[in-house]
Amino acid sequence: MAQVTLRKVSKSYDQHVQAVKAVDLDIADEEFVVLVGPSGCGKTTTLRMIAGLEEISDGEISIGGELVNDVPPRDRDIAMVFQNYALYPHMTVFDNMAFGLKLRRFPKDEIKRRVDEAARILDIGTLLARKPKALSGGQRQRVAMGRAIVRHPKVFLFDEPLSNLDAKLRVQMRTEIKKVHQAVRTTTVYVTHDQVEAMTLADRVVVMNHGVIEQVGPPQELYHNPVTRFVAGFIGSPAMNFLPCRLEAVGNQLMLRLTDTLRLPVPPARVDRYSSYKDREAVLGIRPEHLTELKEQPKPNVVRFDAHLDVTEPMGMEIMVHFRIDGTALCGRVDPSTHAEAGETLPMSADLNHMHLIDADTGRVI
Amino acid sequence: MSGAAITAGRVRSGGLRRPSIARERRWALWGSYIALVVFAIGFLIPPYFELVTALKTSQEIGSGRNPWFDAHPYLGNFIEIIENPAFQTFFLNTVKVTIVVVAITLVMAILAAYALARMRFFGSQAFATGVFLTYLVPESLLFIPLFKVLAFLHLINNTWCLALIWPTLSVPFCTWIMIGYFSSIPKELDEAAMIDGASHLQMLWKIFIPVALPGIIAATIFAFTVCWGDFLYPLAYLFTGKEMVLTAGIVSDLIHGDVLDWGHIMAANIVASAPPVIIYAFLMDYYIAGLTAGATKG
Repeated sequence: MAQVTLRKVSKSYDQHVQAVKAVDLDIADEEFVVLVGPSGCGKTTTLRMIAGLEEISDGEISIGGELVNDVPPRDRDIAMVFQNYALYPHMTVFDNMAFGLKLRRFPKDEIKRRVDEAARILDIGTLLARKPKALSGGQRQRVAMGRAIVRHPKVFLFDEPLSNLDAKLRVQMRTEIKKVHQAVRTTTVYVTHDQVEAMTLADRVVVMNHGVIEQVGPPQELYHNPVTRFVAGFIGSPAMNFLPCRLEAVGNQLMLRLTDTLRLPVPPARVDRYSSYKDREAVLGIRPEHLTELKEQPKPNVVRFDAHLDVTEPMGMEIMVHFRIDGTALCGRVDPSTHAEAGETLPMSADLNHMHLIDADTGRVI
Repeated sequence: MSGAAITAGRVRSGGLRRPSIARERRWALWGSYIALVVFAIGFLIPPYFELVTALKTSQEIGSGRNPWFDAHPYLGNFIEIIENPAFQTFFLNTVKVTIVVVAITLVMAILAAYALARMRFFGSQAFATGVFLTYLVPESLLFIPLFKVLAFLHLINNTWCLALIWPTLSVPFCTWIMIGYFSSIPKELDEAAMIDGASHLQMLWKIFIPVALPGIIAATIFAFTVCWGDFLYPLAYLFTGKEMVLTAGIVSDLIHGDVLDWGHIMAANIVASAPPVIIYAFLMDYYIAGLTAGATKG
């Protein structure tokens, strides 16, 4: 059993810069958790504190129920895969993978058995006699993972392991990592700045920003029910559209006033939720897939508007269209059969069943 | 001929000379060759003169005929110098002390460089600068105070006093080379080793030393050259032939009174310089790799 628990964990440098601020996180045994966020959000620092490579300034970290604040990395029973692989250049693939086991004085036949098993899982059996310089980027990353697997550690830590690979290989290795986790059910903490990687790999995603956790949850929940404007904007590609608006009551209905001429009705099911925000400034959040071409039979709470297209981006299975409403740039997704050309006006629809309303002051989703 | 080529020709004949990459490269190459040839001649003349003189008999040297050429090479000087017991003692003394000093230097420089490059501690930066500053203090300023130190230790006229003194010349620079080399090793490599379970000593022995081998070879060559070629300290602290090393021994013991035995001196010089030349020839690539480590992002 290897749960990882962070209690009010903080990291400050020189008393001035606080990289991580009182982070609380519970990672269950065998869980695959991805820490995601922009550069400087504290995700790598958090991972390094779990690894013991950074001292923590405050709080408690436990691995498998044992407090590890003052335990050196070698005694935490963790394995880490680094962004630049960090393979020992003078050792063969076999020796790289066996190094940790040799230091722990494992018997030779046990070392061989474990290395062979990891090599089989990662399909690098034919590379064992090679040195790292004779390997491609993808192969090096596999060896780095193999070095982690052979140790049978309590926790795997991945620090942006796919950032150095090209786009195609990244997708391939993403699947490999998922397969490895399915084969070797070890608690995993994975750091990335790529939200697609986070969404595809994680059991739960931890979104961090400015050293604090914005939201923790399964990928689908983060996508559909973000709790802050930051999470709403960070998760999803292209990003969610944000439009400043004002909530107005018209009879017993609530309207989102975007411009003097454009008012959108709040779906009746949400009126109660938003009614306390009446006559206040807010931000409407709506994903590009909910701004689409006008369908012949519109659904309830889907409103029509005309968009003057600035740019269109044909993607094959869809066309991304960029337009403006009252100076705010927006992005929509339309069917490739739609005649969408830059400079033309396209009748479009906004599906308000999937809208998010964000408090303009706190940035929290209402 | 293509139209483009004809047009280019016309432009050239019209006097509008465009800068061309090929032409600039040609001029740069010519400049480099001329400079290199001048330097090579400048540096090779003394050893050439030494070799020609060593291959002459005393009569030929004294006759004053063409000093740059010898039609009948005479190997007697070399044979006599190699068979000379005094020269053999100098050579053996030099080999013994140099090996000991190189070993001391490597142990001290590697340990110091590892600590200064990797183990962040209060004042590590100041220490690193301090190490380099000691290298800048010239021998000629140090040899008198050091004489007092050696006299206090009763080590004057003892070959092994050099094992104490020479590391002051070799350790600072070798530490500096090794700091540069260790710093160029990615930090993740020691972090990976740390997580794999390595102690600092294991990390140094199993990761840093094998990875930094070119740097260590550069440091070895440097330490070897400094010791082998040092003249001032042996001259100042050693008096008798039994304790002498090559540099001081050749000029003091091979001169009998006012007679300068040029043939033997030159032959002795050539034999004495052979080991560094051979070592450089074999390890030159490592030496350059070691000295330039960390200059660019690897």
